[in-house]
Amino acid sequence: MWTFFHKLGSPPWLYGISGSILRYLLPLTLLGLVVGAVWGLLYTSPDFRQGNSYRIIYIHVPSAVVALAGYYVMATAGAVSLIWKMKMADIAMKSCAPIGAALTFVALVTGAIWGKPTWGTWWVWDARITSMLILLFLYLGVIALYEAYDNKEAASKACAVLSLVGTVNIPIIYKSVDWWYSLHQPASIKFTGESTIHPSMLYPLLLMIICFYALFTCALLMNMRSEILSRERRTKWVRKLAAGEGN
Amino acid sequence: MYFDSLEALLYMDGHGGFVWAAYAITLVVIVALLIAPRRRQKKLLAQLAGELRRERGAPSHSPTAVEGDTHASGS
Repeated sequence: MWTFFHKLGSPPWLYGISGSILRYLLPLTLLGLVVGAVWGLLYTSPDFRQGNSYRIIYIHVPSAVVALAGYYVMATAGAVSLIWKMKMADIAMKSCAPIGAALTFVALVTGAIWGKPTWGTWWVWDARITSMLILLFLYLGVIALYEAYDNKEAASKACAVLSLVGTVNIPIIYKSVDWWYSLHQPASIKFTGESTIHPSMLYPLLLMIICFYALFTCALLMNMRSEILSRERRTKWVRKLAAGEGN
Repeated sequence: MYFDSLEALLYMDGHGGFVWAAYAITLVVIVALLIAPRRRQKKLLAQLAGELRRERGAPSHSPTAVEGDTHASGS
């Protein structure tokens, strides 16, 4: 157990193992995304009330779900780096932010596009949508804050605090459709009780959610690898690696 | 397949523009998300390789210290 944690803190080990994971996970993820998208776009019937516009669900819900989950990953990594000063946790936190921002952006944009034919408007200042916009600003805030400091340690500390404080927003997003009167429909998939979505629509949606999680993992590992190289550029193993790549 | 023809698939009873735009934007973001770290990594390694060559003082010298390196294949 402890040797595992020890290894986890070792940059060359993490770089190597993440490379091996990516070699299988990345093609699998891309394949899954294509299958899920084709399934959702071509092989499901339209929603009886929303027609074909509902097909946006197969990218809107997964991106929103993973954008939220990614925030937990970022905040947890931030907490670990703050408490135990673990270098890899700091790298993980920094690497989460652009992915989370991108996924939140996708969720907001696809939501706006879905809103136009369904609600008749691109945008409403609704609790769910506004709290998602705050999530986007939190992610962007972490990115900007990291760049604002010259001192890496101070930057890492400030970002960890910001991401931890921002965690307050996450339950608000989850509960926003229940707490406030909202245009946004409540969740259709429930862990407890009956889901209010037909199985023929549920399965491709679940596949897409899984693939978006995998996509997040891939992008996170890739970001971490490039960040590891950048920080370890003066070390022997990175120089050796560069010498091998350069010819 | 639900749609009878390619036109029906593209048109989607009037919702095609919305659906396809949403998927296109998502695709662009995903591609950017995966390409950015790869490019950064490639650039960094190339830069480091250049530095190493200059340090050795011989631009034509090809480095040999790659045997037994398990990480080199991972990128």
